[in-house]
Amino acid sequence: MSLFYFVAFLSILFALLVIFAKNPVHSVLYLILTFFTFTIQYVLLNAQFLAIVNFIVYMGAIMVLFLFVIMLLNLNKDSEPIRSNFIKFAGVIAGGCLLVVIVAAVKALDKSQPVILRQGDLGLVKSLGKVLFNQFLLPFEVSSLLLFSAMVGAVLLATKDKQPSNA
Amino acid sequence: MDTLSQNIQAVPLNHYIILCSIIFSIGVIGVLTRRNAIVIFMSVELMLNAVNLLLTVFSVFRGDPNGQVFVFFIMALAAAEVSVGLAIIVMIYRNTNSLDINVLNRLKW
Repeated sequence: MSLFYFVAFLSILFALLVIFAKNPVHSVLYLILTFFTFTIQYVLLNAQFLAIVNFIVYMGAIMVLFLFVIMLLNLNKDSEPIRSNFIKFAGVIAGGCLLVVIVAAVKALDKSQPVILRQGDLGLVKSLGKVLFNQFLLPFEVSSLLLFSAMVGAVLLATKDKQPSNA
Repeated sequence: MDTLSQNIQAVPLNHYIILCSIIFSIGVIGVLTRRNAIVIFMSVELMLNAVNLLLTVFSVFRGDPNGQVFVFFIMALAAAEVSVGLAIIVMIYRNTNSLDINVLNRLKW
């Protein structure tokens, strides 16, 4: 139980560091740590398949993509122009208002039930695979089409434009 | 693994909701206050992850595997979104030589 609160504290701390770090490379590294704390939360919930997928997809693929883009664009220096203090203040107030509204709405509920894992094999690959390949077979195949089109789109967008004379 | 999952047995559902809303609000604040396009993109990832965690928590709470399958689909979607978004960011940088989103205010009209 106390492990949950410790990991939750860590993920909030690292999430704050992501948005307040001046250097974009530091932001990416803190984001990796935040995703790692989320992986620990998945393990605590016994969602082992999602923990592994989160580890591989987010901390492996997506973060490598972010780091490569930052280093290719040579942004590893804090070149960000200073935004005016008024905008920063207004942004923090707006986000804080959103948080206050959500927390107040949750507080208005009754005392909640604890999260108890009733079936031990809920998050394992076996039970998830049975659901995925029976009920959700069509969306699964469609998502492969989505990934393919995303790959084509990324290649099209990121390649340099040809000279107009060649066209 | 069993001993680990015994640890969560006393955590109320409200605390998970509050944790995820705090992370989501941090993502909103990041989008509103930063000007670097890549950091804004990372804040969006943070918000997406908070929602993923909450969906998993509800899935465990209800004992329903459909929620975790949905999280799996969201992760596939996030991978596609990140690749296209970063390609757009590279293209913006190539055209304007900066990642300041105020350069893009010509997109207003």
